[in-house]
Amino acid sequence: MTNTSSQMKSGYAAKKKFANGVVYAILVVMCIIWVLPIVWLLLQSFRGESGTSVSYLFPKQWTFQNYINLFTDEELPFGTWFLNTFIVAVFSCIFSTLLVLMVSYAFSRLRFKSRKTFLNVGLILGMFPGFMSMAAVYAIMGLLGLSQSLIALVIVYSAGAGLGYQVAKGFFDTIPRSLDEAAKIDGATRNQIFWIIILPLSKPIIVYTALTTFIGPWTDYIFVSYFMKDNMQNYTVAYGLYKMLDREYIMSHFTTFCAGAVVVAIPITVLFTIMQRFYVSGVTGGAVKG
Amino acid sequence: MNYLDYMQMTRGQQIAYKIKSFFTGIPGAIKNLISIIVFFFKTVFKFIGNGFKGYGQRFVKGDIGTKLSYLFMGMGNIFHGQFMKGLIFLAVEVGYFCYMIFFGVYWISMLYCVEVDIPNDGAGHHIIQDGVLGNQAEMQIPDALGIMHQVEGSDSMKILLFGVLSILISVAFFVVYIVNTKSAYKTQLVKAAGEKNISFIAEMKMFLDERFHVTMLFIPVVGLLSFTVLPIVFTIFIAFTNYDQSHQPPHLLFWWVGLQNFADVFYANPMKSHTFGMILAWTLVWAVFATFSNYVAGIILALLINKKGIKFKAFWRTVFVVTAAVPQFVTLLLMNLLFRDDGSINLMISAAVGHTVTIKWITDPLLAKIFVIVVNMWVGVPYTMLITSGLLMNIPEDLYESARIDGANAVQQFTKITLPYIFFVTTPYLITTFVGNINNFNVIYLLTGGGPASTDYYQAGQTDLLVTWLYKLTVTQKDYNLAAVIGIMVFILCATGSLITFNMSKASKNEEEFS
Repeated sequence: MTNTSSQMKSGYAAKKKFANGVVYAILVVMCIIWVLPIVWLLLQSFRGESGTSVSYLFPKQWTFQNYINLFTDEELPFGTWFLNTFIVAVFSCIFSTLLVLMVSYAFSRLRFKSRKTFLNVGLILGMFPGFMSMAAVYAIMGLLGLSQSLIALVIVYSAGAGLGYQVAKGFFDTIPRSLDEAAKIDGATRNQIFWIIILPLSKPIIVYTALTTFIGPWTDYIFVSYFMKDNMQNYTVAYGLYKMLDREYIMSHFTTFCAGAVVVAIPITVLFTIMQRFYVSGVTGGAVKG
Repeated sequence: MNYLDYMQMTRGQQIAYKIKSFFTGIPGAIKNLISIIVFFFKTVFKFIGNGFKGYGQRFVKGDIGTKLSYLFMGMGNIFHGQFMKGLIFLAVEVGYFCYMIFFGVYWISMLYCVEVDIPNDGAGHHIIQDGVLGNQAEMQIPDALGIMHQVEGSDSMKILLFGVLSILISVAFFVVYIVNTKSAYKTQLVKAAGEKNISFIAEMKMFLDERFHVTMLFIPVVGLLSFTVLPIVFTIFIAFTNYDQSHQPPHLLFWWVGLQNFADVFYANPMKSHTFGMILAWTLVWAVFATFSNYVAGIILALLINKKGIKFKAFWRTVFVVTAAVPQFVTLLLMNLLFRDDGSINLMISAAVGHTVTIKWITDPLLAKIFVIVVNMWVGVPYTMLITSGLLMNIPEDLYESARIDGANAVQQFTKITLPYIFFVTTPYLITTFVGNINNFNVIYLLTGGGPASTDYYQAGQTDLLVTWLYKLTVTQKDYNLAAVIGIMVFILCATGSLITFNMSKASKNEEEFS
């Protein structure tokens, strides 16, 4: 009796071991599939041989020249693009974060007559495809004398930011209202409550909003391509790198593109990894609560 | 139907229930869409109605100041002791009328010009057209000596933009005007009661407290009005004009054509309607496949990583998170490079088999469609894993506890608890992703550019979605009117999808309250 049960136990353990082995095998294969293209990109960026694609993974000649070319090339000024993107990202991050915080505070903590109407109109506006009206925005920028300028990009990225209030509003909703009421009894105005009580408690959501809005300009292709047209000096990295793969540049810039992609990917990857835990709770927070 | 009922169903029933509730959700969503539109207009009319409510009454009951304020804004406030506020109202009125006299009336009147002489209607004909934006086409006119002189034409684009702007400004002014009459009457009542009207400084201070929402929303709303609402209204108007590649301002005029563009897209123009139908179908197919493939694969990956007995959980997770963190445009361009006809993958395969092999990953119509869905999995599965991992950890442990006591084995626990729970909790997320995929510009455009090109499509390729077609029509084709129609269609698609989500999440909320 004891014999059979121990046999069963070991059989069960073996089965379990086997199952885990299969899982490990699947995970390893998936890891390879997911990591290999990125490794390919990294290796190509150190490739000394010129030209476009090659049939082997490891470069025959290792070099750092691609990275040097990236920042010294006059024809495709990646350094300028990087700086442009950084400036645009910083300013649109500051403005967008402020706007998002203002809107979400107003909708979350303040009660006023037309609140519902505002929320509904916001919902409807958010359903239009973002770049549907970009021709009109471009015309408006032209009238303001801002066509093909970086300021236009900052405005485009931050003017509509107020619509992205949901995640931050959800966060504000979780701060107990009794805090507000206590402060109100002590004679604080709603303005003071915002600055002294709510903002210091909102560090996570400020970080989250700032990071998402900072990352945005680094990855946007659509608006830059339409707004900057052939004004290469004002490109941002996303469109600049895309340009490098154009027929006229790809032969001479293939490995440079790989280097540029690596240079852009590193900071964004780091920022995203910092942000991801906020990201998860932001996306699913509403769902879990229903 | 509450959560417990749901949990007691078999898996098949649950899926059937989900599918059923999705489709039964559609009429509800459409109903909701209509009711939202009705609500919108109702709100607008109510707003106007409220403005006029008591408009006449207030005038009759008003004293001299209030009566004057119907003509000269702010007079009521000035008469009742609120000088500063009154002056501001007056300044608004003066400013508005100056604007209208010097600019506004002109731009609005230009919105619809009749009997305009148009030397070239885009097809080379000389016509007299009604409903044109602008009264003067650019043309060459000989003077007495027979020398040709260029006559400047109107700029239809600028006319439409300033016309819309002037209308919006007029609406805003009207609101301020009504507020002014109300304020005049209110201050009159206060004064009649023998009290003193609130001072300007005290009223300003209210913007930091009782009216703090105005302070907080002012800048965001102005930003939205000028760079989102104005352009959207403008673009919707464009959908009713013939602003296409053969009517490009500033050299050529365009005019109102009513519903012609919508008719073109649906039936009147065989090529455009064929393209629209095919692209709409592919957009929906893409959205379904892209959403569910990512969802299923993401959950499986999350389950594998979170399986009991698997070591280095943090390591596996980090690997996938890092690949998800690489900016999307980089990974997509990378995939495009790898899988081009002369890309590394084809070269490597050629080297391996010994002769040249060209697999048309992104240039064969069918293969390209499969390819974008597969690559989309590569891009999106780590995200889904990230999100569902969080959910897996949130499953209440006591559910498993009680299941174990009841004698459920691991498989039963998985099919009866884990799967239904994830499915239940992520339904809103699923539909948000679906709507996101309808709008998924980057994956398609950066991977295939919408290609391979198709000759029987109007300016679109085999893998183009509605949004990438919209982009091409705007950027390369300059058919702004058609692009605007497509934009409105995408809006209707997304609105329906979002409303289904909204209905469902409302339903699940009620369910929680119920159970």
